[in-house]
Amino acid sequence: MSSPSSSPSALRTFAANLIGAPRRILQSAFRTGVPRTDRTRSTFVFSNVFLHLHPVRTHRWSLRWTATMGLGIAATAAFLVTLVTGVLLMCYYKPYPDVAYNSIKDIHFVVPTGRFIRNIHRWAANVMVVTVLLHMARVFFTGAYRKPREFNWLIGLALLAVTLGLSFTGYLLPWDQLAYWAITIGANIAQSPREVTDALGMTASFDPGGLQRQLLLGSDVVGAEALIRFYVLHVMALPLLLVLLLAVHFWRIRKDGGLTRPADADERLGPPPPDTYPVFTEAPTRTYHLAAIVRGRTEAVGRGPENTVPSMPHLFYAELGILMVTILVCLALAVVSDAPLKELADPSVPENPAKAPWYFLGLQELVSFSAFMGGIGIPAIVLAGLGLIPFLDREESGTGLWFGGPGGRSLVFKAMLVGLGAAIGIEVIVIRYGWLREWFPKIPQLAITFCNSGTILATAYGLFSIWLVRRHRSTRAGAVGLFTCFLCGFVVLTIIGTYFRGPNWVFYWSPNDWPKH
Amino acid sequence: MSSGPAPGASRLDPEPMARRDFLGLASIWAAIAALVFATVGMIRLPKAAVLSSPSKKFRVNLPDSLAPGQAYVPPGRSVAVFRDAAGVYAISLVCTHLGCIVKSQAEGFECPCHGSRFKPDGEVAKGPAPKPLPWRKVAVAAGGFIVDEDVTVPPGTKVKA
Repeated sequence: MSSPSSSPSALRTFAANLIGAPRRILQSAFRTGVPRTDRTRSTFVFSNVFLHLHPVRTHRWSLRWTATMGLGIAATAAFLVTLVTGVLLMCYYKPYPDVAYNSIKDIHFVVPTGRFIRNIHRWAANVMVVTVLLHMARVFFTGAYRKPREFNWLIGLALLAVTLGLSFTGYLLPWDQLAYWAITIGANIAQSPREVTDALGMTASFDPGGLQRQLLLGSDVVGAEALIRFYVLHVMALPLLLVLLLAVHFWRIRKDGGLTRPADADERLGPPPPDTYPVFTEAPTRTYHLAAIVRGRTEAVGRGPENTVPSMPHLFYAELGILMVTILVCLALAVVSDAPLKELADPSVPENPAKAPWYFLGLQELVSFSAFMGGIGIPAIVLAGLGLIPFLDREESGTGLWFGGPGGRSLVFKAMLVGLGAAIGIEVIVIRYGWLREWFPKIPQLAITFCNSGTILATAYGLFSIWLVRRHRSTRAGAVGLFTCFLCGFVVLTIIGTYFRGPNWVFYWSPNDWPKH
Repeated sequence: MSSGPAPGASRLDPEPMARRDFLGLASIWAAIAALVFATVGMIRLPKAAVLSSPSKKFRVNLPDSLAPGQAYVPPGRSVAVFRDAAGVYAISLVCTHLGCIVKSQAEGFECPCHGSRFKPDGEVAKGPAPKPLPWRKVAVAAGGFIVDEDVTVPPGTKVKA
């Protein structure tokens, strides 16, 4: 049909194509070119698979530093860091007792950059827990869980649970004393429903606690079976679940109308500062449908649709900034402080004191009153309560504002005083005078299970919040009080568990007072 | 009465439920049922039928120097064996609170994890432990004793050699 391909013009075309190939590869990957106009700034967002979860334009309210403080992005960034460093650590880690310990030792002392990568992994995990908790507090105090965002609040709670699960399963993997005894305690907390079934004398026929422990450990001792299960959960099951929930979480932010903002956000914001990137490069001088009947400029002129600015650059530069700051914080912490590695796990001698990671020490303080109530009962009540909040608080005043709603800041301050006071008060009583068992040695276990410092504290907080509901005639006021109280209780218990508990979980003012062995 | 179309009804009238809708619904429910069964089957897997823990039955030879009330803990076991005038007995060292190994002392047992204390006979003296430490079965064997950590006996059960 055509002439043989040896013609000089065909070769010339081939050469030109070859030279042009790199440019064309780039063009085919980034189809829209440099985001310089309104049009290309839009296509930059929606023609990119990684960015298209973002809106093309972002409301100016959402970009204010105080709207979110970037906590959600920071948590995601920390997760990405743990993902990358975690995969690197998997190159050397071997999930088998004793071998696991040696492989962590290798990573720590022999593998090039191993110690640094492990430190980053550990610190990023901590940063993730902190930012997830703070993010939840931000969403709560700005009333961002309200309609139509109720379901995303539930997804967020699930993400919190998975984050803590990832953390806890990672804690076992080094197979050192710290890990072994934390997991022993954790597995026995899973078994603690026996505290109730034993007291009722029905464990032989109905034993959910034993089943939970057995599913977790795959055996009746903490050994190779438990290690491989925790490993699978840590590197596969929970990360997959987290990514899945994260995708839904992000998607719902868009579908629920972006970030929360007050109804009068536009008035509060005022006109954009003159040095903002123009809301419209080709800003219309009058809005469309008024153009025919009204002379001169209208209010919407120069504000762009719904007072938004292009996500590229405003939103993306902010997100990039938070990503970089988060990574920087993780790296800095990793340089300053090494991840701990204690002696090889010894099943016959517990670490003394055996402490869980810091964010579980509040729980450990609670289980030192009652295993079932502290480890399962109260956390379940708290989770259920948090999940119910958006469905009980159907009010609208104060949405999108920090400490919005009846009571405002002074209510939060009052609740803080009550929360801190009650928690410290009950701890003082327990530490100074002991509890029911010391006062009435013959008391049945069920009495202690249902009446201990933890349950009394939770009840006190509950009563306070009911009083707030009546006083302010607002569910939101009660919810704010309860949330603030539980946050304060968490902080008090965590600080006591971290700094003031020594060997045998005895109260000491300082680790210097611990008995020497 | 008759299975044919009612008088006046046309075969072109819509049926109460279209055949396609019925088949569609049936297949959706069949798929849901299959998924439920598959999930139940998958959940069954992690619950091991055989637990891979070492045997809990072992032989001990008590040292002659063992004083009454002094604990002898066989290496690698979580049980303390005692000998007094009434005989030999064994008390579990696994704390009934959250499974830490308690330390045997003159005034009883002490748990390092959450501060539970037990009397020398295993009764709870203090702390969050919900139950006393269980006593384990001791049997006499040629030249020593056999302790079975799987079998609990009433407190006070002591065995004479």
